[in-house]
Amino acid sequence: MNATSARTILICSGKGGVGKTTLTANLGIALARQGARTAVIDADFGLRNLDLLLGLENRIVYTAQEVLAGSCRLEQALVKHKQEPNLALLPAGNPRMLDWLKPEDMKTIAAQVGQQSDYVLIDCPAGVEGGFRNAAAAAEEAIVVTTPELSAVRDADRVIGLLNSQGIQPIQLVLNRVRPKMMANQEMLTVQDVTDILALPLLGLVLEDEQVIVSTNRGEPLTLQGHGAGSPAARAYINVARRLCGEDVPLVDPSKERSGLRAKLGRLISKNLF
Amino acid sequence: MTLRDLINRLLRRQQASGETAKQRLQLVLAHDRSDLNPELLQRMRQEILEVVSRYVEIDVDEGEVSLETEDRVTALVANLPIKRARSLPLIPGLGDSDQSTADPLRRAS
Repeated sequence: MNATSARTILICSGKGGVGKTTLTANLGIALARQGARTAVIDADFGLRNLDLLLGLENRIVYTAQEVLAGSCRLEQALVKHKQEPNLALLPAGNPRMLDWLKPEDMKTIAAQVGQQSDYVLIDCPAGVEGGFRNAAAAAEEAIVVTTPELSAVRDADRVIGLLNSQGIQPIQLVLNRVRPKMMANQEMLTVQDVTDILALPLLGLVLEDEQVIVSTNRGEPLTLQGHGAGSPAARAYINVARRLCGEDVPLVDPSKERSGLRAKLGRLISKNLF
Repeated sequence: MTLRDLINRLLRRQQASGETAKQRLQLVLAHDRSDLNPELLQRMRQEILEVVSRYVEIDVDEGEVSLETEDRVTALVANLPIKRARSLPLIPGLGDSDQSTADPLRRAS
């Protein structure tokens, strides 16, 4: 397979802490489980964490830095995931790389990785400065992650503007950490509000899920467990992967995802009365 | 939602915070996207009011010139309540014998 056939997708958000790296790790595993040869590139050289979320932090020998310097081959730097051999991680190099790394360098790396992959996911650093520009230079399409909060949506909007001006297409949205109860009580921006404001197609909707923290603790992305055993967030990430591959998977309706007796009772009543 | 919030909502003393968030976001994004600084916007608002009030008498206190945004397109929206039309528009130069001095474009050249 040649370089042009890999889909190179930037995963970005502008604001930090909204779930870029978590999405990259889970989406990477989910795509690999579907049989796609998937590579994830940690482009967050300053504050790298993708290795940790994938549980690969102890297996890193070489990084993107050595690949660029020509002191190792790409195959030596790529860390294969044990349970999911279709997935490989290209670790971020030393933070000092930020002094000299250029957009062309990221393009070179992504093109090399793309030669042996179907999907290349680039985990973008927060912010809209150099690190973002480097990472974006290598991507053809983008997934913007945001949460239904003012600051996250505002920053996402800024990033979307920059992606548009770079001609990155398509740009799709993943709305993370959705709290159905707060949305129902109108104490949070709704899914409709966010998609209206950002004017992007919705690729996925991930409910707030404590299992995400548990999986991070263990270094085992939720999508490793598969669809059946999965928590709500695991199902959401797997659905993102399926939609990305062109499958038509309906989005969950947050109002139907409310747990608790009152919500169940409400559903029962509305089902039997209307 | 605290009990006090609930009571306020029921009594319609306070709108839901989600709605407040949406309105604040739309306003801030309109400004972010247009990339106009507040001073420039204020000057533009002032000049628009001046031009319009040459032709019609407007309620300056009720008038509003603001940025709105929809589908990633930002629009300048002026909402200026008209009190009445001026019988004789106060256009500088109109009716003057020497128009060249009053025409800003020609004066600039």
